[in-house]
Amino acid sequence: MSKYLLEIGVEEIPANVIHDTINQIKNISNDLLKKDRLIYTDLEVYTTPRRLILTINGIKNMQESIEEKVKGPSVKIAYDSEGKPSKALMGFMKGHDIDENSLTVEKINGEDYIYALIKKMNKSIEEILSNDMPALIRSISFPKSMKWGGKNLKFVRPIRWLVSLLDDKVIPFNLEGIKASNITRGHRFLGSSHIVIDNVDDYAKLLRENYVIIDQNERKELIKYGSERLVREKGGTILLDEDLLDEVTNIVEYPTPIIGRIKDEYLSLPMDVVITPMKEHLRYFPVVDDKKRLLPYFITVRNGDDRYIDIVVKGNEKVLGARLEDAKFFYKEDIKYPLEKYVERLNNITFQEKLGTLYQKTKRIQKLSCKIGNYLEVGDETVKNVDRAAFLSKADLVTKIVSEFTELQGKMGMEYAKISNENEIVSIAIFEQYLPRYSGDQLPSTTAGSILSIADKLDSIAGLFAIGIQPSGSQDPFGLRRSALGIINIILDKKWNISLNEIVDFALYIYVEENGLAFDYNKIKSDIMGFFIARIRNMFMDMNIRHDIIEAVVSTNIDDIYDLKIRAIKLNEWLKKDGLQDILTAFNRVSTLAVKAPSNEIKRDLLTEDELNLYDSYNNIEEKVLNLIEKKEYDKALDLLITLKDPIDNFFEKVMVMVEDETLKNNRLGLLKTIYDTMMKVCDLSKINKL
Amino acid sequence: MFFQDLMLKLLSYWGEKDCIIMEPYDVEKGAGTMNPHTFLRALGPEPWRVVYVEPSRRPADARYGENPNRVYQHHQLQVILKPSPENVQDLYLDSLKAIGIDPIKHDIRFVEDNWEAPTLGAWGLGWEVWLDGMEITQFTYFQQVGSINCELESAELTYGLERIAMYLQDVDNIFDIKWNRNITYGEVFNKAEYEHSVYSFEKADINTLKGLFNTYENEAYKTLDSSLVLPGYDYVLKCSHTFNVLDARGAISVSERTNYIGRVRNLARIVASKYLEQRKDMGFPLLDKEVGIDE
Repeated sequence: MSKYLLEIGVEEIPANVIHDTINQIKNISNDLLKKDRLIYTDLEVYTTPRRLILTINGIKNMQESIEEKVKGPSVKIAYDSEGKPSKALMGFMKGHDIDENSLTVEKINGEDYIYALIKKMNKSIEEILSNDMPALIRSISFPKSMKWGGKNLKFVRPIRWLVSLLDDKVIPFNLEGIKASNITRGHRFLGSSHIVIDNVDDYAKLLRENYVIIDQNERKELIKYGSERLVREKGGTILLDEDLLDEVTNIVEYPTPIIGRIKDEYLSLPMDVVITPMKEHLRYFPVVDDKKRLLPYFITVRNGDDRYIDIVVKGNEKVLGARLEDAKFFYKEDIKYPLEKYVERLNNITFQEKLGTLYQKTKRIQKLSCKIGNYLEVGDETVKNVDRAAFLSKADLVTKIVSEFTELQGKMGMEYAKISNENEIVSIAIFEQYLPRYSGDQLPSTTAGSILSIADKLDSIAGLFAIGIQPSGSQDPFGLRRSALGIINIILDKKWNISLNEIVDFALYIYVEENGLAFDYNKIKSDIMGFFIARIRNMFMDMNIRHDIIEAVVSTNIDDIYDLKIRAIKLNEWLKKDGLQDILTAFNRVSTLAVKAPSNEIKRDLLTEDELNLYDSYNNIEEKVLNLIEKKEYDKALDLLITLKDPIDNFFEKVMVMVEDETLKNNRLGLLKTIYDTMMKVCDLSKINKL
Repeated sequence: MFFQDLMLKLLSYWGEKDCIIMEPYDVEKGAGTMNPHTFLRALGPEPWRVVYVEPSRRPADARYGENPNRVYQHHQLQVILKPSPENVQDLYLDSLKAIGIDPIKHDIRFVEDNWEAPTLGAWGLGWEVWLDGMEITQFTYFQQVGSINCELESAELTYGLERIAMYLQDVDNIFDIKWNRNITYGEVFNKAEYEHSVYSFEKADINTLKGLFNTYENEAYKTLDSSLVLPGYDYVLKCSHTFNVLDARGAISVSERTNYIGRVRNLARIVASKYLEQRKDMGFPLLDKEVGIDE
C-alpha cells in the first residue's frame, strides 16, 4: 500500500488561520478521494508557518470494481414520434458517454424509465491525485486571501513550491506555473533551500535535519517544556495562555525558548500593564511565582537554534524595555488625577454620530442602571454603588494607557478607581461592565457589576436599533448579538426575574428623554424584542432543549428570560410522560379554534350539557392551575390541565362549534379560548411536535 | 553604520536589482506609498521597480523632540517590485545582509500584518518584519490601490530607517543616531521636531486649514476634470497632509473624520482611474520592459 505526501510551500502563513485550514484540508481531501474511490488507512495534516502538509497512508485504488446503474428520462419522453432518441435521451447518453446498447428499461411506480449501466473508468492513483491535489489547493478558503505575480490563484500568502510524492514517485501537476516536484526547502536561515526527497518516508527526517519540525504538536511540547525548564531555574512558572502558546507554535519552524529579564522598576506597575504589551504585542510569556506574582523575566521563542542567543535576548529586552517605558509613562501620567476627572473629557469622544458622545452614554447608563437596580429592589446601598460605577464606567477610555492598549478597558478603570479611593464594589463593577467579553467568558460576580453590564449593553442595543444600525446577516459591527447574549447570560446566572419589555422600555425612554431621539417607538421596540427572542432561541438550542419546546415557551408572550428557561426545562421533563399524544391532539384542537374567538366571554345559560361538562371541569381546576403557575410549578399545572382531555374530547364529539348562529358560535369559541388562555400561561402545547 | 550609509547601502543594493533609484517626491506626505512612483505605478499591467527614501510626515506622532521613539517626520526607504518576484523574500533578506544584519545571528520573523490605507483606497496582505522583536520593515503585496484591483500585484517593502539605525548603532534615542561621523540626527532635526510639534498641536489655524482643504479639493477636481492626472494628484496629497495636521490639532471629530477620509479617498479613486485610462491611451509603454530577469 502506498503513501502520499503533499507539501504546499507558502510564505509565512498567519497563525490564526492554521486551525481552520487543517480542518479544511482534512475534509476537502477526504471528500475528493471518496468521490474518486481511493481509500486510505489514515490521513494527517501538519503545518509550519511556511508549509501545509498532507500525508495519506495506505492508499488503495477501488476504482475498477465500480459499475453504477443510473436513472434516465422516462420512456415516454425518451423517444420521439418516430421512435428515435429524443433530445432528453441524447443528452443523457452524451452526459454519461454511452450509446443505446447500454440502456435498459425498468418500471417505477407504474411508469417505464430508461436506465443505464455505467462502468466507471478505471483511473490510476497517479491520475486521480494529480487532478485532486490542485483542486484541493484551490478549494481551501481563508478569511482574507490574496493574488500575486499575476497568477489566477488566490491563497492566504503566495505559494512558492509544491511537493507531490507517492512513495518514491513524483505525482506531477502544475498549479498556475508552480510545478509539483520532490524538492523542498529547509528552515529559512538554518536549512538548505534545495532538499531532494527520494521517498515519502524520508520526509520528516530530512526536514528535521534542516531545522524544521513539521509536527505542530511536537513543537508545542518543545516550547512548553523548554520554557518551563528555563523558568524553573528562576523559581517561577509560565503564566500559560493556550491561545498564545498555539499562536507561537504556529509562527516557528524550529522553536528555541529563551529567557530575558525585565527591569525591576517595571514590576511595581499593575500586572496587566506589564503583561499586555508582552503578550499582545510581542508574544512573550510572562513568568510568575507560586502566588501568581510577576517575576522579572519573560520567555520568548526564537525561530532557530541557540547560536548567538545573547544577541537575540539583548534585542528583545531592548524592545520590551521601550514598550514598558511607554506604559510606565502613560500610567504615571494617568494617576496624576483621580478617575472622576476624566469623565468630563468623554464629551470629546463620539460614541456614535447620532447617539452623541461617550459622556452622554455615561449619563444614560447611569439612569438606566439605577432604574434596573430599583426595579430589582436591590437596596439603596447597591443602587448608590451602581450609580457611581456607571458615572465612572467609561472614564478610563480617555486615559493614556487605555488609548494605547485598548484591551485594558475596564481593567484600568478598576485599577484607577481603587487608586482614587473609590470603594471595592464600585471598582469591581467598572471592570465587570464588559463581562462577558466572549463566549464562555466569566460573568460579573457582583450585583452592581451585573446591573452595569446589562445597562451598558442594553443602551447600545436600544440606541443602535433606534437609528437603524441593527445587525443584519454577517454584519454586526458593534457586536450587538454578543451583547444581547451577555445580558441573557447574566440574567440567567443571577436567576433574576426581569420583564424584558420593561427594561427595553427603560432604555428607549431614556433616549427620548436624554437625547430627544425620534424614532418609530413601537416598531423599534418590537424589533428589539424579536432580536432578544432570537438569541434566547439559540441559547436554548445550545442547552439541547428541543426546538418545538422552545417554540412552545417563547410563543407565550412571556418576557421573563429566567422564567422561560424554567418553563422549557420543566416542559422538557414533563413531555417524557407516557400517553401524551392524545392529550396533545385534544389541546391542539382547542388551540386551532380558540385563536378564531373574538373574546373569551362565556354566557353560561347558552351552554348545552356537553359544553357545561367541559365548562365545569375547567372551572373546578382553574384556580388551582393559576396558583401553581404563580408558584412556577409548571409541570404540576400541566398535570392538572390535562385532566380536561376527556371533557374536551367529549365536547368535540358532541358539539358543533362553527355553527351559523353567531351568538352560539362565539360562546363556544369563548369557552375554548378561556381554556386556551390558561394553557398559554404555561406554554403553547400546540407547538409540540408529534411525540 | 552611519545613517547616510544605511540609506546608500540599501539604495545601491536595490539599484543593482533593476530598481530605478529616485529622489523623494516634493509634496508633503505621510508615507512613501503616497509617492506617485508607488501609488500610480502600482496600477495597471506595466512592470516597475523603484527605490527611494521618503521623508514622511505624521503630525499626530510629533512629540516636541522629547520622545526617544516617536517623531513628526521619519524616513522610509521604499521599494516597489512589480510584479513581485518569486524570490522576493530572499531578496529582502539579502538586503538585510547588505547592511550587516546576518539572519543567523538574529531572530527574524515575518509577522502577519494586513496593511490598509483608507485615504488611498488601498490594501494589501503581508507582514511586519521583526528583528529580535522589533518591527523594522513593512512588507506588503498590494491588492487594491485607489479602490481599483491591482492587475499585476506589486510587492512593497518599507524600511523604517531610524529603527534600523538605532539597532545597528545600539542607541536608545532616535536623536542620538549618527548621521555621519560628526553630526547626529538630533542636530539635524531636533529643532524642526519641536517647531512642527508646536505648530501641529497648538498653532495651526484651524479655519485657515479647513479652508485650504476645501481649496485644494476644488483645485484637484478642476485639474482632474481637465485630465491632468499628476498635477491633480499633487492637490490630493495636499488635502491628505492638511487633513493630517487638522487631525493632530484635534480639530476633527470622529464623524467628521470619516467624512474627510471619504473625500480624500474619492479623489484618490478618480486619480487612479484617470491614470489607468491615460496609460491605456498611451498603449502601456512600459509593458515590454523586462525587470529582474537575472534573479
